[in-house]
Amino acid sequence: MNSQFPVNPSFTKESLKKQFRLSEFLAEKIISSVAFLSIAIIFLIFIFVFKESLPLFSFGSDAKAKTEIQGTAKPESYGGTTTEELKPESYGSEPVSNADLKPETYGSDPVSTEDLKPETYGDVKAETPETTATETPEAVSENNEGADKTWSTFFTTEWVPVSENPRFGLIGLLIGTLKVTVIAMLIAGPLAILAALYTSCFASKRAKEIIKPIIEMLAAFPSVVIGFFALMVLATFFQSIFGYESRLNAFIGGVAMALAAIPIIYTISEDALSAVPKTFTEASLALGASKWQTAFFVTLPAATPGIFAALLLGVGRVFGETMIALMATGNAALLSSNPFESVRTFAATIGSEMAETVFGETHYSVLFFIGSLLFIFSFALNAVAEFYVKGKLIKKFQGK
Amino acid sequence: MDKVNIELENQFFSSEKKGSDIKGKFFVGVTQLAVFIIIAVLFIILGIIVYQGRAKFSWEFISSFPTNGMTEGGILPALIGTFILVIVMSIAAVPFGTITAIYLTEYASENSKFAAAVRFSVRTLAVVPSIIFGLFGLGFFIQFLGAGVDTAFNGGELRWGQPNILWASLTMSLLTLPVIIVSVEEALKTIPRELREASLALGATKWQTIKQVVLPGSVSGIMTGTILAVSRGAGEVAPILFTGAAYYLATLPGSLSDQFMNLGYHIYIMSTQSSDVEKTMPIQFATTLVLLLLTLSLNLVAVVIRSRIRRRAK
Repeated sequence: MNSQFPVNPSFTKESLKKQFRLSEFLAEKIISSVAFLSIAIIFLIFIFVFKESLPLFSFGSDAKAKTEIQGTAKPESYGGTTTEELKPESYGSEPVSNADLKPETYGSDPVSTEDLKPETYGDVKAETPETTATETPEAVSENNEGADKTWSTFFTTEWVPVSENPRFGLIGLLIGTLKVTVIAMLIAGPLAILAALYTSCFASKRAKEIIKPIIEMLAAFPSVVIGFFALMVLATFFQSIFGYESRLNAFIGGVAMALAAIPIIYTISEDALSAVPKTFTEASLALGASKWQTAFFVTLPAATPGIFAALLLGVGRVFGETMIALMATGNAALLSSNPFESVRTFAATIGSEMAETVFGETHYSVLFFIGSLLFIFSFALNAVAEFYVKGKLIKKFQGK
Repeated sequence: MDKVNIELENQFFSSEKKGSDIKGKFFVGVTQLAVFIIIAVLFIILGIIVYQGRAKFSWEFISSFPTNGMTEGGILPALIGTFILVIVMSIAAVPFGTITAIYLTEYASENSKFAAAVRFSVRTLAVVPSIIFGLFGLGFFIQFLGAGVDTAFNGGELRWGQPNILWASLTMSLLTLPVIIVSVEEALKTIPRELREASLALGATKWQTIKQVVLPGSVSGIMTGTILAVSRGAGEVAPILFTGAAYYLATLPGSLSDQFMNLGYHIYIMSTQSSDVEKTMPIQFATTLVLLLLTLSLNLVAVVIRSRIRRRAK
């Protein structure tokens, strides 16, 4: 590119030595520190998501201080600033008259926002003195009301975050999340793996070039679009077939999430299947096995670790999927094994309730706590997929 | 050559073993069926959304404001909000993503622990649920950075410590960072070693080589990454649920500290919390159609550019 290059006829040992150049040094340092940023982001995500849930862990005297902070923090709270955005969310489940939704309400009309405030804070204000009042006798002896009380409700099944006596039972949400995940994986797993097997083992090169991009195009469908499709079309369609009661349920959510998980599982399994050394298939074919026998009994078992990784990442995707869960699962934390009942998942709970909470409130902390659980879970899944599976693959193919 | 041989052999063997042929056909048929189901479902979704959305889909729909309590009118503010979001997001994410990719391909040595950690973080970023980014945006950008800026420069007046475009875009840029890094890295790898070595042999330094030889050759890769990131960012809703998206705004956002409307959020709100879901159904389908056309066409462009890069590499 540079037409001029230094012409130096007298090379000495000195001139050939690698020189220190400030610009080079700076460039390298800047580039590696930017690269460091992605590591930093992971840590920051963990720290800041976890930090907001810290009040839950402040047992003892801190718990009392927390309730005081809660009181003073109200004016600069997160919820107060977005009252106009908040309103439709908090009242969304109830039929709202058109008058309430008028654009003027969302402008900077001071009267309407003033009107709103007592409503949004109503239960919070009513709740704070209530809890402190009822807890004081206990607090004298134990002095660890807030945090302990919240923790004890975690292992119950009731999720009633906004009431005079809030209960944060995570069991119901956990069961809901698992139910949707199992349904989605039961559909997505076999479909995606079989499709990957066809693409890598049976399809002609031409067909492969067409099939692969089309299935990967499914990954370009935004999850809100899939959720919308499930809500508007799938829900009605399946209800007319099976005739169950609640239109939105775990099954619909699972089917929709399967659509989101298929491209991930497909792509990674296909890569894993294609990465199986040719010698494996050639040996099998040379021994007289047919093409399908080779595919099912040689290629597929050899690629198991990779397919396992694909399934793990699929689970991660479904577990944390928010928009589809919000739109298609019905969002009622019911405790039943019936797949045609409404469920509420962890991610959907965060998505639908975060905007209603007040900064520093227990509910707010609990939602962040659920968030850190989700983060840890997806981090662990990725780590397992990465290290365990990679190690296995290397062992398998190189015989080390 | 190998492939042809195997296929010939295989045909020879399978014609000999007629007994297992039916079984074989069944198994191959099952895998074919799986491919067929996936592709059919994809086109059914596409077909239904196009069919239901086409009635309302028009230039007027795209270029007008929602009216009458969002039960009529168009989606202009949501479209513009989405555009601003992806532009600010790209400004933040593309340089960082490109530089990280340059580090990984040009500077990182084969068995560097640091590079392995960077790679692992990038892959983790790609699998973290999008709602977690939303929580992070709320906890870090709004409550920590925004509120900090407000107390330091605005004398405690609330301006940045609340959901707005800037924080939503930055949150989204974290989500799309891995997309850009992976695309650029792939493009950088296709640049032949000889080019780099020729440049170094002519006396250029490493940084000069990167600037003059490697980067110009990877422009298409950076473009692919940006397009894919934009397509992803335009469709994601969870990260902006509580970092800046608004239900309805009568005016377009005037500054980065304003809230904004967003296509995906608009679909979500209209289909779940609208006062009259039945009546606004055509609007919802048309909005979905717009969003889907946007993301799919962007992806198509990216796929075309990418296949060109791959052809060059061969």
